Amino acid sequence: MRPFQYMRPDGLGHAGQLLGDGARPIAGGTNLLDLMKLEVEVPDRLVDLNRLPLGGIEPTDNGGMRIGALVTNSACAADPRIRRNYPVLARAILAGATFQLRNMATTGGNLCQRTRCYYFYNIDQPCNKREPGTGCGAIGGHNRIHAILGASDSCIATYPGDMAVALSALDATVEIERPDGTSRQVPVREFHRLPGDTPQLDNVLEPGEVITAVILPPPAGGRQLYRKVRDRASYAFALVSVAAVVRMDGDTIGSAALAFGALAHKPWHDPRVEQLLAGQAPSDALFHQAADLLLQDAEGQGENDFKIPLTRRTLLAVLREATGGAA
Amino acid sequence: MQLTINGTAHEITGDPRTSLLDFLRHDCGLTGTKKGCDHGQCGACTVLVNGQRVNSCLTLAIMQDGHEVTTIEGIGTPDAMDPLQAAFVKHDGYQCGYCTPGQICSAKGMLAEAANGWASFVSEDLDGKVELSAEEIRERMSGNLCRCGAYSNIVDAITEAMSTQTAGAE
Ligand SMILES: Cc1cc2nc3c(=O)[nH]c(=O)nc-3n(C[C@H](O)[C@H](O)[C@H](O)COP(=O)(O)OP(=O)(O)OC[C@H]3O[C@@H](n4cnc5c(N)ncnc54)[C@H](O)[C@@H]3O)c2cc1C
Ligand code: SF4
Ligand code: FES
Ligand code: FES
Repeated sequence: MRPFQYMRPDGLGHAGQLLGDGARPIAGGTNLLDLMKLEVEVPDRLVDLNRLPLGGIEPTDNGGMRIGALVTNSACAADPRIRRNYPVLARAILAGATFQLRNMATTGGNLCQRTRCYYFYNIDQPCNKREPGTGCGAIGGHNRIHAILGASDSCIATYPGDMAVALSALDATVEIERPDGTSRQVPVREFHRLPGDTPQLDNVLEPGEVITAVILPPPAGGRQLYRKVRDRASYAFALVSVAAVVRMDGDTIGSAALAFGALAHKPWHDPRVEQLLAGQAPSDALFHQAADLLLQDAEGQGENDFKIPLTRRTLLAVLREATGGAA
Repeated sequence: MQLTINGTAHEITGDPRTSLLDFLRHDCGLTGTKKGCDHGQCGACTVLVNGQRVNSCLTLAIMQDGHEVTTIEGIGTPDAMDPLQAAFVKHDGYQCGYCTPGQICSAKGMLAEAANGWASFVSEDLDGKVELSAEEIRERMSGNLCRCGAYSNIVDAITEAMSTQTAGAE
């Protein structure tokens, strides 16, 4: 690990000032320290957010919830209000990593976790995300875990996390503090970016900005499911995951909010699929149409071609279960 | 800056790069905690911080300033073993023993989490009382790998330790 200066800000404003060039905030440390040991990340200053008042889960005025950026993944999944009213979020968190890691991992850090692309992790390999302009090792290389949607000629990496997929289905918002002390809100669905020709940028955070909270809208009700398909039954990243919040209106689908993990550089959300399902009677024919639309532009990279049929099957299984076992 | 480890205060000095794991082993001579992967993938380095299990390889000692750490040395001694330690011995919950301190610290943390009603990925009900079935124990202990494959004996040991602890409490 390269040497760095360790700093503890007195307040958020101070954190913003310290987060200049070459500085990184650290929260749980479970992703950043891993990458620093490998010298994939080489910050010369670490700004420890842990003593800032960014904890706590509080109700909001409009009946939603505000989850502080430093709330651990464990604490969030264990909160009775989250378990009761946002089960898809609790389930997605519990599907990720392990209890040990979730006891350290934070809401803000989890959102900002970086890709698990093998070439990104290996500093001897070309990687446009780690070192812009060096090329992409995964294109034409090993790409079993890579993107089938929204990839570019520069980068085919996926966003690997689970929690953010549920947050996307729930249409949550990220609250961000700018270095000048003002604050802005970005929908989770717009927080992560597609790689384009700047894959070094995972999300829309600007230098010096700090995530202060994630805000959940009022409870959506309905059937909430998180289905994660992976190589091992536990302690493995998703190959495909689906978060679903489905409300039935008698025998038809009232609304279906869906988000997909491990398919793209961001949790994938396609409003066309939701529009197609709304107001329709559930059937396998309908679910296949939904999958056709979702996967219209899907493109395999070779080793990950299996993700296309796997996504279809996972979506079908989730929709069948969420709509009450329709044939 | 200081840390309390097994009830004793230790000054944190030296390189800020020092992980909690290296601090325990090198600076404090507490070599019970093991380094397997150094990347959060094996669980050998599991210790309790303020009662919660964490991977000590993925946090810096300096970040834990003011916190209370419990390592395997603080859980029991050969003369006064914790029920979990005694059950691991009885059930051969290990072969080489390298993963064992992490397994036991992890199991200690797991029992507290279950007592607090924390659900797991395999829990049917997110809100119900937690019953630590073998399936639940396997899921909750999946962060602790055992290269020797002593898994089924580890589950037996934990199951027995739970029943002796409940019996003791009655
Ligand atoms: C072995 C292993 C298995 C895993 N398996 C899974 C899995 O199956 N599913 C899954 O979803 N995740 C998994 N993870 C990833 C884990 O969830 C993340 O490492 C964790 O959530 C990151 O949170 P943290 O607080 O530790 O972040 P840190 O490591 O502290 O930070 C991560 C990034 O976020 C930035 N950051 C942190 N907080 C803020 C903030 N408030 N504002 C702005 N930037 C911030 C940091 O600068 C850094 O770039 C796994 C990790 C490991 C090591
Ligand atoms: S897919 Fe993206 S992260 Fe992976 S090697 Fe290519 S540029 Fe790097
Ligand atoms: S040494 Fe920490 S998890 Fe392997
Ligand atoms: S006993 Fe050898 S690794 Fe578990």
